[in-house]
Amino acid sequence: MAVVETKGLTKVFKKGELGAVNDVNLLTQEGEFLVFLGPSGSGKTTLLRMIAGLETPTSGQILIGGQDVTHLSPRERRIAMVFQSYALYPHLTVYKNIAFPLKAQKVPKEQHKPKVEWAAGLLGIEKLLHRKPRELSGGERQRVALARAIVREPTVFLLDEPLSNLDAKLRTSAREELEEFHARIKTTTIYVTHDQVEAMALGDRVVVLHQGVVRQIGTPKEVYDDPADTFVATFLGSPPMNLIPEERDIVGFRPEHLLPASLISPDQRVSMHFHFSHEEYLGAERLLYGSLADKRFEGKDVISRLPSRVEASFAPGSIVEFAVPRNELKFFDRATEKRSESRVVSWQ
Amino acid sequence: MAITLGSRSTPESRAWWLGQGMFCPAMIYVLAVIGLPFALAVVYAFSDIKVGSVGYHFVGLQNFKSILHSATFLRALYDSFIFTVGSQILVLVGSTLLALALEKKFRGRGLVRFLMLLPWVAPVSIGAIGWKWILDSLYSVINWVLVRIPILHMDKFNPPQWLGEPTLAMASVILVHTWRLLPFSTVILLAGLSAIPKEIPEAAEIDGAGFWRKMFQINIPMLLPILNVALLFGIVFTFTDMTVVYILTRGGPYDTTQVVPSLAFFTGVLGGDLSEGAAISLFMVPILVIVAYMMLRTANRSEIT
Amino acid sequence: MARGRARELLMAACRWIVVVSFSVALAFPFYWMFITTFKQDADLYNTANNPFIFNLKPTLVHLQVLFRDTMYLRWAGNTALVGALVVLITLVLSLPAAYALARLTGKWGERMGIAMFLTYLVPPTLLFIPLSRVVAMLGLQDTIWSLVFVYPSFTIPFSTWLLMGFFKSIPRELEDAAMVDGLTRFGAFVRLVVPISISGILTVVIFTFTLVTQEFVYALTFIAPERNQMVGVGVPTFLIRGDVYFWGELMAACLITSLPIALLYNLFLDRFIAGFTVGAIK
Repeated sequence: MAVVETKGLTKVFKKGELGAVNDVNLLTQEGEFLVFLGPSGSGKTTLLRMIAGLETPTSGQILIGGQDVTHLSPRERRIAMVFQSYALYPHLTVYKNIAFPLKAQKVPKEQHKPKVEWAAGLLGIEKLLHRKPRELSGGERQRVALARAIVREPTVFLLDEPLSNLDAKLRTSAREELEEFHARIKTTTIYVTHDQVEAMALGDRVVVLHQGVVRQIGTPKEVYDDPADTFVATFLGSPPMNLIPEERDIVGFRPEHLLPASLISPDQRVSMHFHFSHEEYLGAERLLYGSLADKRFEGKDVISRLPSRVEASFAPGSIVEFAVPRNELKFFDRATEKRSESRVVSWQ
Repeated sequence: MAITLGSRSTPESRAWWLGQGMFCPAMIYVLAVIGLPFALAVVYAFSDIKVGSVGYHFVGLQNFKSILHSATFLRALYDSFIFTVGSQILVLVGSTLLALALEKKFRGRGLVRFLMLLPWVAPVSIGAIGWKWILDSLYSVINWVLVRIPILHMDKFNPPQWLGEPTLAMASVILVHTWRLLPFSTVILLAGLSAIPKEIPEAAEIDGAGFWRKMFQINIPMLLPILNVALLFGIVFTFTDMTVVYILTRGGPYDTTQVVPSLAFFTGVLGGDLSEGAAISLFMVPILVIVAYMMLRTANRSEIT
Repeated sequence: MARGRARELLMAACRWIVVVSFSVALAFPFYWMFITTFKQDADLYNTANNPFIFNLKPTLVHLQVLFRDTMYLRWAGNTALVGALVVLITLVLSLPAAYALARLTGKWGERMGIAMFLTYLVPPTLLFIPLSRVVAMLGLQDTIWSLVFVYPSFTIPFSTWLLMGFFKSIPRELEDAAMVDGLTRFGAFVRLVVPISISGILTVVIFTFTLVTQEFVYALTFIAPERNQMVGVGVPTFLIRGDVYFWGELMAACLITSLPIALLYNLFLDRFIAGFTVGAIK
């Protein structure tokens, strides 16, 4: 079990251009499931690969278990990695795939069989040991990749978007299996994804990355309820947070907090005129699309998210009185886009 | 595939007929110019036809029997195998090394690729005659260099006769075949190498594999199917080639570098003995059948992947 | 840290050794052709001189003799003519065949494709004896037409296989869309698929042409008179008087013949590999 730390980690691919990863400082907690979350190009995979040793940092340090591994090759770092494509050795059976790390680390031959069977048992693939990767389904391949990773009992687990190659239905069950897996082995795990739902569901903490810079590190609740800047605020949550620019700052509120005024107690109520346009019925909830009617907002589009049990209907084009609870308003500095002090707002 | 040609022609059946129509001319042409002569070769082999013969006399296996008793033929058969096996081993090792070295981009790789392709691109005969000059009995540049290396103690007035002494001549033929096939094999291997997803060697690296283990347990096994293809082509090209021998040595000295195809040429074309020439050339067929079988097997296996 | 860096340097050094030694070994004969072409005979045949450099001034004599006093240009012309005709015939026959195999004939088509490819394994050194009689019977003996007749037998399988790969990489939806718009399938082939595949077709043209220039056995067997011969046979055969090899002119001919082919080949190699890997994978 070890803790991964990076200090000022930077990776620049083309001189003179912005780095793929810029001055990243982070420290994992023992046994936690840490998620690197960000859109494509945010540097999350590059960051992971540097921790794995597959890319050399331009500057900065990487420490695993307190030891400086920045210039060590991957095999010297004693970590395990599961690639997006799983990278199973196609010419070897499942058994030999899982045994390969043991061979490579020169583990005595007698120990191979018991360890492979233990790893296979952990993932429920004992029956597949004699098959070749091309005969397996996507979910089975993922399990083999995990077994191969766990068989060496590594100190750190790295996973690079392992669920993105699975189709949607399989993804949820595979996600559950990953959670159970982590609960059982309790190894420090770093997981890369662009899917914020996955990140929130799996992560003990989430590292939100954008353009190679860490925007926020926090628990799912922290990054969702207390976003550090407008990027985090809009990246997490679907549909994204409504952002209203004012003279001094940007005011934000989530769609689920924009409700018909009557549903919010008067002392919390921050009212606004909602010019309703159309709605989408999604089953468990409804998305109401419209804009703010007040002239100074210039018809800024906003989205409201109503649970379906609220039976209220709206005529298209009508202006309805909606409101947001005062303590759910977030404020962001116009220039830096970072969270700023809450203030009093009155929009009536 | 059941095609029901009922009263209505469906788009599928129309497409099928169109396919036949588009494919047939080429197929007929190829069958005619390859299949018919092949059949003719068999017919000749079982006869005693020579250029200028009037009738056709069936003689059964007589030609084959006399060939198998001929020392010249047996020597040619032996040479064919030696040259093929020898050159293919060298090509396999050489092209693997070269392909691995050329895998990653580096400055000047384009130039290297151009230079490396020259032996394959130049017509066989041109390359061969170039080598003939390099291996010349009097003016060989190789000898010029060797004679001047003190440790070799080479006799200045009696340097190696690369095309004049049997063992050396055989070595020279193997050398030229290897030289000619290396580029072809390297190019195929490079294509195979680029088909390996880069994550697999990375995974091996993370699993703890060092350079040699990665090479021999991951890279090379994954290259095996394509190595197979390159090898099979190489065998066909070398075994059935007469040009190198014809130009370098004409089969000499004293028929010691003769190969089956060149012997067939000298017997059947220059000598006019069509039936014996045909019989000799038919001895190549078993090898080709084996190669064809191996190729189909590899093709089938890789299709499953 | 030092370990990793030292290892990198060692690998790079090994790579350089391999690359340089192989490049030299493979390209040396051509350097040799080059230097022989421009060396005076007196320098060439003097074993005391260092053969790697010009000891006397370089000369254009060999080139002049080659062009003036030998039939080299005629052979080159013959080869170009045969090449052009064979390319034409090959394209006319293999374009539709390749399309049929790629699109229209399903499983059976794949087998036919493999069968056609297997004909490649029947060597000229097996067929040349009966073919020499066929050629004589057709009265094409000693003319370039014998080659125009026979060469497509190996250029067509090769071209068909290569074109098949190129065609397979074009999405089917394109032709489907064209047919919905009113073209027949054959019309879609001619007006849509062929123009899109121009780069693949060009590659096939180049490779077919080089196959023609490299051929030796048939040309040697079917054609005797010097003036009708091809470059590949003419050069090693007729630039010799008895036992005397005119090395200067020989090497000049070799050099001039090899270089243009090499340049063309190099330009199109990447496309060839792309088509080759597509064809090989499926």
